[in-house]
Amino acid sequence: MSPREAGETLMHAEIKADGARRINFARLASMREAGLIVIILALCIAMSFASPHFLTWGNFRAMLMSFSIEGIVVVGMTILLIVGGIDLSVGSVVCFSMVVSGALFLAGLDPWTASLIGIGVSALIGAAMGFFVTVVGLNHFITSLAAMVIVRGLCLVITKGTPLSLFTLPPAFKAVGQGSFHGLPYVIIIFVVVVAIFDFLLRRATAFRKVFYTGSNEKAAQFSGIKTKQVKFWVTVLCSTLAGFAGVIYMARFGAATPTFGAGMELNIIAAAVIGGASLNGGSGTIFGAILGMALLSVVTSSLILLDVSVYWQDMIKGCILLAAVSIDHFLHRKKS
Amino acid sequence: MSPSHSQRPSQEHGVTETPILEIRGLSKAFGPVKALSDVRFELKRGEIHALCGENGAGKSTLMNMIAGVLQPDHGEILIDGTRVSIPSPSAAQRLGIALVHQEIALCQDATVAENIYMAAINARRAPLMNFNRLYAEAQKVMDLLAPIPVRTRVADLSISNQQLVEIAKALTLDCKVLMLDEPTAALTESEAQRLFAIVRGLRDRGISVVYISHRMAEIFSLCDRVTVFRDGHYVATDPIAQSSPDDVVRKMVGREITQLYPDKLAPQEPGRLLLSVEGLSDGDRFSGVNLELHAGEILGIGGLIGAGRSEIAQTICGLRPAASGTVTLDGKALHIRSYSDAVKAGLVYLSEDRKGSGVFLDMPIAANVSALDLGKLTGSLGMLDRKAEDRQASDLTRQLGVRMAGIDARVSTLSGGNQQKVAIAKQLSIDPKVIIMDEPTRGIDVGAKVEIHRLLRQLAAKSTGIIVISSELPELIGLCDRVMVVREGKIAGELGADELGEEAIIMLASGVRNSSNQEKQAQNVA
Ligand SMILES: Nc1ncnc2c1ncn2[C@@H]1O[C@H](COP(=O)(O)OP(=O)(O)OP(=O)(O)O)[C@@H](O)[C@H]1O
Ligand SMILES: [Mg+2]
Repeated sequence: MSPREAGETLMHAEIKADGARRINFARLASMREAGLIVIILALCIAMSFASPHFLTWGNFRAMLMSFSIEGIVVVGMTILLIVGGIDLSVGSVVCFSMVVSGALFLAGLDPWTASLIGIGVSALIGAAMGFFVTVVGLNHFITSLAAMVIVRGLCLVITKGTPLSLFTLPPAFKAVGQGSFHGLPYVIIIFVVVVAIFDFLLRRATAFRKVFYTGSNEKAAQFSGIKTKQVKFWVTVLCSTLAGFAGVIYMARFGAATPTFGAGMELNIIAAAVIGGASLNGGSGTIFGAILGMALLSVVTSSLILLDVSVYWQDMIKGCILLAAVSIDHFLHRKKS
Repeated sequence: MSPSHSQRPSQEHGVTETPILEIRGLSKAFGPVKALSDVRFELKRGEIHALCGENGAGKSTLMNMIAGVLQPDHGEILIDGTRVSIPSPSAAQRLGIALVHQEIALCQDATVAENIYMAAINARRAPLMNFNRLYAEAQKVMDLLAPIPVRTRVADLSISNQQLVEIAKALTLDCKVLMLDEPTAALTESEAQRLFAIVRGLRDRGISVVYISHRMAEIFSLCDRVTVFRDGHYVATDPIAQSSPDDVVRKMVGREITQLYPDKLAPQEPGRLLLSVEGLSDGDRFSGVNLELHAGEILGIGGLIGAGRSEIAQTICGLRPAASGTVTLDGKALHIRSYSDAVKAGLVYLSEDRKGSGVFLDMPIAANVSALDLGKLTGSLGMLDRKAEDRQASDLTRQLGVRMAGIDARVSTLSGGNQQKVAIAKQLSIDPKVIIMDEPTRGIDVGAKVEIHRLLRQLAAKSTGIIVISSELPELIGLCDRVMVVREGKIAGELGADELGEEAIIMLASGVRNSSNQEKQAQNVA
């Protein structure tokens, strides 16, 4: 046996051993999440040198607070992206839920019932979009673009353009947005619970597996006996419902309902989900990843503020980071497959 | 291992017979999977050279490297004796290499004509296109294969017709080397015969052809030489005249295959009536279809492309709307509004379009196998039992011999035939009353085909009703107990076990004895 042949035999042996180890795709996804964590930590460390205020509990709490409520919306958006849809109306729906609940409260309803109704009408908006997507056959992008404008208009109609002042909200309700449990804000607790539940369901529940099938190849899903229209409809409703839920928490937090609140929020949310690995083509994404994406954006924002970067520059820098993150991911992914 | 080659090879006997294409010591790995190890291949000028090997042997991978779609890890490609690198498909085109891909890769929303002249349009300088000329020229090329109207949108064509468009597309390229990767997998006998005539014509004009197929009969009637790969390794190259189908199969599989088709049902006793269809019409492609399927039998459905076989099957299963007619499953009238109703009732359909509607390419193999019946794998509280899912996928993929890195690998990393096996595994994962399989062994190698046929026979013996739609006559004849032939949307006739034969099927399918004129008409339905 020549040395080269021997070498090749050895190589074969190695490859066999490697092939026997199962390629675990869950692990591949978690590698992406690990990558994000590394980036976030690196940023935090760098920032701790640049600004003494960065590594304080106060700053962290502020950052967590700032993305906790948006994080609830990200959960819905991620699931919708997995099914192959997108929702541009979430910012408007957050505001709508806030405005409707606020107006009902001012009209004399107790805030809890008002909030439930606010969430309910948000779900109805989702159902309406779901109808246009699955029955009429429009696509998610256009449908939700229209909904974004219509719902924003409704917010202005209801409030006549001026913010509703809700300082009369009972303390028990305000506590949801402002209080804390042993120093841990309820907002953060709610956020963690929502994320944990949906992350678990998305990984394990049969119903959510159908979301992946539908997003991966809708026709093949139909040919597997999955009612893809139903799946798309309910995911659309879920996304709007979670947006509505976020809306009432915002109301509790701010004690006000502003008709322009949440404008542009959808972009931040979609960006977070995509940085976290959700594909705009459907079929892939994780909630944990999307939350990390949100965290990254939040750390960047906070850093820019602490570094005293002019607000005029901040958006541009955030956009570039989005582009970089998605490019790197695309590149890594191409290499893998 | 080999002594270094001189730049000008094969100068023995003083004659310079440089092969038009030569591959030396080529290797390619995808991560841990070694697709090709140190293979060689030689294509002479003006020959039709068959490339054979089991599913996953590396045939398509080699073609993709020659066509610039993939890059080799090691080794060299020589064209006309000169070493070349082929970094992209357009580079391959410039070198005169054309490839008809195994997987259909057409622009679904463009017309047939635009697809056929895609490459030419791409190379054009003129800013505007003359559509009338485009249509006229595309039609000329298309008519060589089948009279498909070139103004049709590709998405509206059946898979077999898309395959024909894919071939037509390659014919417009001015090439020296034409590589056909399983071109006939979705074609019936008559379309295949036309293709062979064209390929022979090309050879006579000095064009060299690489021909990949799992159908031995084709290879032995069409090709001049045959090269066999096994497990990513080169095995042998022989002139067809000095080889035999058994010999090729032995080299491919590494063992003897003695019985190609399982034993059929004993003639006297078909079981109870499982499925009966009466007067089924969809008001468009077919009408008045009656059909009966008994427990324990395998019913074949034959016919030309476009005769309406797939449409009939899809309508029975509720994948397409029916205009009239009744479907009775196991004594109960079925009121099917959607396919999920059919699945619940125990009636499943395997699509002929594996990439479009058969598999989830970017999902793991295990998830693909379980897509049809998640309920079975769902534990308490609606949670998926991952262990049971993995077990099911491991069992079925082992049974079907899927070549894969593991059940967590994505289906897109499998070879075409292995993807088809996953699609079949999905169908077998549940315990249906009736399975309708549309081209089940499309792209599947000889050995695996035997295994699948054996499995189908076993299922039938356990009184599952099985209907097989196939374009491959030997399969219909070898596997089925009874064959129904569809012509122009109507049942043209039925052949019992003792009447089955290629000629009988062809005659029924084309509706004539000898007139090729009417055969054309039958195809026009496409
Ligand atoms: N993108 C990829 N990633 C990982 N593995 C791959 C990829 N493409 C092909 N392979 C592997 O390479 C091997 C060879 O595949 P190839 O498609 O060349 O087989 P083939 O001979 O054409 O088989 P078939 O008859 O089924 O078409 C297979 O084991 C396959 O799983
Ligand atoms: Mg192949």
